[in-house]
Amino acid sequence: MPAVQETVERVRRIDVDQYRYGFETLIESDKAPKGLSEDTVRFISAKKNEPAWMLEWRLEAFRRWQTMTEPTWARVNYPKIDYQDLYYYSAPKKKTLSSIDEIDPEILKTYEKLGIPLREVAMLEGVEPPPGGEPSANRKIAVDAVFDSVSVATTFQKELKAAGVIFMPISEAIREHPDLVQKYLGTVVPTSDNYFATLNSAVFSDGSFVYVPPGVRCPMELSTYFRINERNTGQFERTLIIADKGSYVSYLEGCTAPQRDENQLHAAVVELVTLDDAEIKYSTVQNWYPGNAEGKGGIYNFVTKRGDCRGKNSKISWTQVETGSAITWKYPSCILRGDNSSGEFYSIAISNGFQQVDSGTKMIHLGKNTSSRIISKGIAAGKSQNTYRGLVTAHRKATGARNYTACDSLLIGDKCGAHTVPYVEAKNSSATFEHEATTSKISEDVLFYCVQRGLSQEEAVGLVVNGFVKDVLQQLPMEFAVEAQKLISISLEGSVG
Amino acid sequence: MNVVVAKTETGRALSDAFAVARERLPGKGAIAEQRRQAFEAYERAGLPHRRIEDWKYTDLRALMREVLPLAPAPDAAALTRAATAAKSVAIAGARRVVLVDGVFAPSLSDLAGLDKGLNIRSLREVLEGADTALAAEALTSDAANPMIALNGAMATDGVVVDIVEGTVLSQPIQIVHIASAQAPAAMFTRSLVRLGRDTVATLVESYAAADGAKAYQAHDGLVVSIGDNARLDHVRVVEDALDAFNISSANVSLGAHAHFNTFGLTSGASVSRYQLTIAFAGQGSKVETNGVNLLNGKQHADTTLFMDHAVPHCDSREIFRAVVDDRAHSVFQGRIIVRPDAQKTDAKMMTRALLLSDEAEADNKPELEIFADDVTCGHGATTGALDESLLFYLRARGLPEKDAQALLIQAFVGEAIEQIASDELREFAILTAQRWLEARA
Repeated sequence: MPAVQETVERVRRIDVDQYRYGFETLIESDKAPKGLSEDTVRFISAKKNEPAWMLEWRLEAFRRWQTMTEPTWARVNYPKIDYQDLYYYSAPKKKTLSSIDEIDPEILKTYEKLGIPLREVAMLEGVEPPPGGEPSANRKIAVDAVFDSVSVATTFQKELKAAGVIFMPISEAIREHPDLVQKYLGTVVPTSDNYFATLNSAVFSDGSFVYVPPGVRCPMELSTYFRINERNTGQFERTLIIADKGSYVSYLEGCTAPQRDENQLHAAVVELVTLDDAEIKYSTVQNWYPGNAEGKGGIYNFVTKRGDCRGKNSKISWTQVETGSAITWKYPSCILRGDNSSGEFYSIAISNGFQQVDSGTKMIHLGKNTSSRIISKGIAAGKSQNTYRGLVTAHRKATGARNYTACDSLLIGDKCGAHTVPYVEAKNSSATFEHEATTSKISEDVLFYCVQRGLSQEEAVGLVVNGFVKDVLQQLPMEFAVEAQKLISISLEGSVG
Repeated sequence: MNVVVAKTETGRALSDAFAVARERLPGKGAIAEQRRQAFEAYERAGLPHRRIEDWKYTDLRALMREVLPLAPAPDAAALTRAATAAKSVAIAGARRVVLVDGVFAPSLSDLAGLDKGLNIRSLREVLEGADTALAAEALTSDAANPMIALNGAMATDGVVVDIVEGTVLSQPIQIVHIASAQAPAAMFTRSLVRLGRDTVATLVESYAAADGAKAYQAHDGLVVSIGDNARLDHVRVVEDALDAFNISSANVSLGAHAHFNTFGLTSGASVSRYQLTIAFAGQGSKVETNGVNLLNGKQHADTTLFMDHAVPHCDSREIFRAVVDDRAHSVFQGRIIVRPDAQKTDAKMMTRALLLSDEAEADNKPELEIFADDVTCGHGATTGALDESLLFYLRARGLPEKDAQALLIQAFVGEAIEQIASDELREFAILTAQRWLEARA
């Protein structure tokens, strides 16, 4: 169908302004010397005033990393990364102090542009609290904002403290709660886990730490916002969330980066631990810069995310909306160790332009009567490649393991690819696994129906896509669902016509 | 991740074996050169192991350890024992071609009064003949797959079937592989089946052991080309001895508007691997691939399927069922690739495993790789035990447990067996499955 003038113009407009978060903030920053060596690791550790055990832990990871080779099994192609041509630490120069007012106004402006509510109540979507009253509790989100390598602000500290919840940058937690950090750090994703996780263990600079004490339901959503700003820097954050017995926490994560010609590296590690009867809900909206229309620039996103349902009846739920990054290599997983524990993975992965996505999950059933559910929706447009790679496995002793997997792919255009690579391994007879996958394009009939009723081609595609991903969007916390819906329409704009 | 592993002791032993066997292998000049290149391709990789993605679940280095030396040519006593075995797997009304220990056995084969347009020769005859192009085609190798390369390098004999344009065969052709050697040895066979335009044929492959055959290795390769508008029905039954290895591959290409219906049943062999590659070269073709694995003891069976949709308007369907008892291990890997121009492809794959014991293992890896947008593709995989409520229903009606299980298993594998088009062959497959169930009870 030939594009009407209106469509053509719209697409053109989108082309130059497709990525909304591509601006750069000019602030002075404090960087580690370029390149990676033991000195870099020592530099980062010293910058963070870390105790000796932490430095030793990093150095051990670094030595191991030097013996490892980059994995090549994923369906992604990229030029060889020169790990010596990167900055491993970059921090805004002005040291942030106790109050938010002391943050560099440029950074605050950046977060304002991104729509991140750093200024607590006043920023909450412009909703003023009723006179004399507190804003309704369910609308609050505590934010930890990470700018390049360091955390610049963590909001709502007081209220969280009252509930006993610890939510702080991990660099502070290493100093203030060394017992907790030492007990859990690296127990879910060991330093030797994989190439990128080991690199992260050596050079991670900041990230968030959450500890929810027994029986506490975290009074608000916790959120981290990551932004890569500096040129040539890699961002290596580390998140550790522990939900003690009977507790609950919902955690959100968002990411953006400026538009740059060169590729930037992001290698994060996220570890979740749930003890008996605890639950963690982890939601991500990943919108790193995906590169321009010719496939130049963009973030390399190599992330290791894993949750360990250590206690019985515990639950971990991953929800992700992946629209950004030039390359995504990410498999949020659940180790279902505790009896009756359950894991969930809801994912929407959208790729356009020259993006390459290789994402999925692992559900490792070890305990008895464990269950897991995987819903994955992949949408490929433009010249992108979108792969779902997943593993469901039941150990010999994991009697009564149950899994349901549905992964659907939608192709928009004939230059893209959608792939499904599931591994289903059952090692005992009481395991019941179901897996289904479909790939198709948007039916011409449905599009015709919509267009005939006055929708433009793009609106019609948007409508169908939204219906396609509805199962996953419903799992997102409300604030994110709206954002995600917008993101989906942005990343698919210009893919038809 | 593919890791280069240093050559093992056994790898060296084999290269010496190849040097010795070379003189015995039919084909000189270009063919000998082709064999040498294939052997080099094998040597570069060696026996596949679990660090090679395609062999993740079937680690031949651990399971097989080494490739045995070539079996000696069968003597008269061996042929007598083989004759009995061949009879036991015979299909009534089929034209039989028997290979004993990797050597064509004319005395056990029935080559009299061939249909007009049908030509059957031994591979040895073709390799030693003047038609070098045909010989090269028969020994086609795949440098990326070490076991196919090894087969191409070492093949001693096999069957070459030519069906001339417009021929409709009146009876099925059955290629019977019998192992009879009384000392552990390896046999390498390679067959080529070519269907011209507008032909219709049925091919059965059977694998069995004669009395006293010892821990042998059967390495078989089949190359099939199906011409435009032709149809091939294919049934494959692996009933090798329970201490044997069966490493086979089939490479099938289809012209336009062709039809290929294949069914495989594996109940024999200690370790088996069947690699089936199907390539669509012409539009409007159709493939149905079905399979059943019936395993117990410590058996290991791997079916690896690669469906290559390179042209538009083709359909493929796969139905695969595995019944796994005791400490057996069933593997299904199915990869459907839809290449950029293969619009209007309709591909569906369904694999299901039934675990009868707590120590049984089933691994499924159905893959979709899609580069065209106007397609309908899907796959499904399930794993589970027999439904307790169904068992209870049957037992409440007086069926002993084993019978109740047998009935449900029969229904479970029935879905795949039903896809066989010919009544006789379907019946034959059902009987084979029943034999297994009876042995179990």
